[in-house]
Amino acid sequence: MSSDATPPVLKLHGVSAGYGRIRALHGIDLEVRRGQIVTLLGANGAGKTTALKTISALVRASAGSVLFEGRDITGLRASEIARLGLVHVPEGRHILRGLSVRENLELGAFTVRDPAVRQERMREVFGLFPVLDHRQHQDGSLLSGGEQQMLAIGRALMQGPKMLLLDEPSMGLAPKLVLDTMRIVKRLNQAGTTILLVEQNARLALRLADYGYVLESGEIRMQGPAAALRADRSIVQAYLGE
Amino acid sequence: MSLLDILAHQLLNGLVLGSFYALVALGYTMIFGVIKLLNFAHGDLYMVGGFIGFIVLSAISSVVGGGWFGIFIAMLLSMLAVGFLGVVIERIAYHPMLSAPRLSILITALAVSLVLQNTALALTNGQYTAFRSDLGFGGITLGGLFITYNQMVLVAAAAVLMIALEFFVTHTQYGRAMRAVAVDADMCELLGINVAAVIGVTFFIGSALAAAAGTMAGAYYGSLWYFMGFLIGLKAFTAAVIGGIGSIPGAMLGGLVLGLLEALGTQIPGIGSEWKDVFSFAVLILVLVFKPTGLLGRSEQERM
Repeated sequence: MSSDATPPVLKLHGVSAGYGRIRALHGIDLEVRRGQIVTLLGANGAGKTTALKTISALVRASAGSVLFEGRDITGLRASEIARLGLVHVPEGRHILRGLSVRENLELGAFTVRDPAVRQERMREVFGLFPVLDHRQHQDGSLLSGGEQQMLAIGRALMQGPKMLLLDEPSMGLAPKLVLDTMRIVKRLNQAGTTILLVEQNARLALRLADYGYVLESGEIRMQGPAAALRADRSIVQAYLGE
Repeated sequence: MSLLDILAHQLLNGLVLGSFYALVALGYTMIFGVIKLLNFAHGDLYMVGGFIGFIVLSAISSVVGGGWFGIFIAMLLSMLAVGFLGVVIERIAYHPMLSAPRLSILITALAVSLVLQNTALALTNGQYTAFRSDLGFGGITLGGLFITYNQMVLVAAAAVLMIALEFFVTHTQYGRAMRAVAVDADMCELLGINVAAVIGVTFFIGSALAAAAGTMAGAYYGSLWYFMGFLIGLKAFTAAVIGGIGSIPGAMLGGLVLGLLEALGTQIPGIGSEWKDVFSFAVLILVLVFKPTGLLGRSEQERM
């Protein structure tokens, strides 16, 4: 864990949000420091996805504020937030149907004007995921689940992220692919990307993360260093299935 | 004339008609793609495009002449003006309605259509306006078929516009973004794409294509009328649905198919030209019954 002296990259202060009249988040506080992997745990419907969507402005915060690199980003458009380098890889991957793998990646670099930079990033992505290189002319939505996850992450990397919001990257994948995905997450983090990870597989997430938050009914119930949460019997019982 | 000559002649007519349908259908389908709106005012932009082209040509014909060159200039200026009109309409009328129920925005589109039609009605007193140009009647004879230069220029111009559009949507970042917004607007925002701007560009291009068709049709058929956008709007909608609404190649194909079917349909014994609208809408119903997604449309399926 980095010391408390470093200012957080991402800071949520009393954030509430919901859909219509239904409130899904009730004033949550959360911090992610530079270089960390922080995981957000909780049962289905606890508000994990809503939390990420509120950070990236797909859902409007009804109260509270979101700060990225010290700047208040509450009220910005989702595309403006993405351009700041805070990149959200949503649940379900959202590969753009009818566009080739290459086109999906190109759109990741939509805001990059310099074609040389785009080319360089694409080379890096193909280096990380060679299968995308081989399939670059196929319709992205026809890839297998694992390949789609690689494309979703690759597309996020094309955006040149300072920080990634990853929502259930292992969802629906075979066990081996789940481990592969987690290794990639670790590798991106070691390369300097800060990560906020929402993951169904709490055991895995806590092994990867530096720090964890547990959401329940839209409120933060518990938080602490990942090692401490792993050792906590109540968490083990509630979320690790033992 | 032999039967073969008649068929060839009707094929040519169908190609010309189909080019107009395709150009208008493209805007229909592109706009449907990005905001899921059946823009019932789209046919009226074709009408406005015809009138603006006519006004521009009247103003410049003493300098550049009223031949194809003059019409080309008039068409470009009309495309520019109507393109901006489309953007303004989207901003004022549709943008505030995007999060409202779908029916509200559909009714808004009908209202925009009425505003455009009635403005033109007021300005023209409901009279036909002669679109005077210096297009000759020259052409070449191929076997028993006489093809006018006008027909050739027109079909070629439509083809060039469609090829340019195809290049735009497949080879430029904005074109890709347009296709992407049609599939998943939220994801586009997450990629840093300003979806509102992409919608604006889409309206500009779609409206400009309708204006191009309006100017060319005005010059080709020689007259303009405030109500001329209504039927072609319906036909273009039909063409877009036949091709698969939301699909750009589908709109091109649907437009050509509809134009050809109409022209050939008039040759079927018992179906005279007065039945041609019945014929095209019957085709629409058949397509909807047997292939509801259209010739090139995809069904909504997503692999997880």
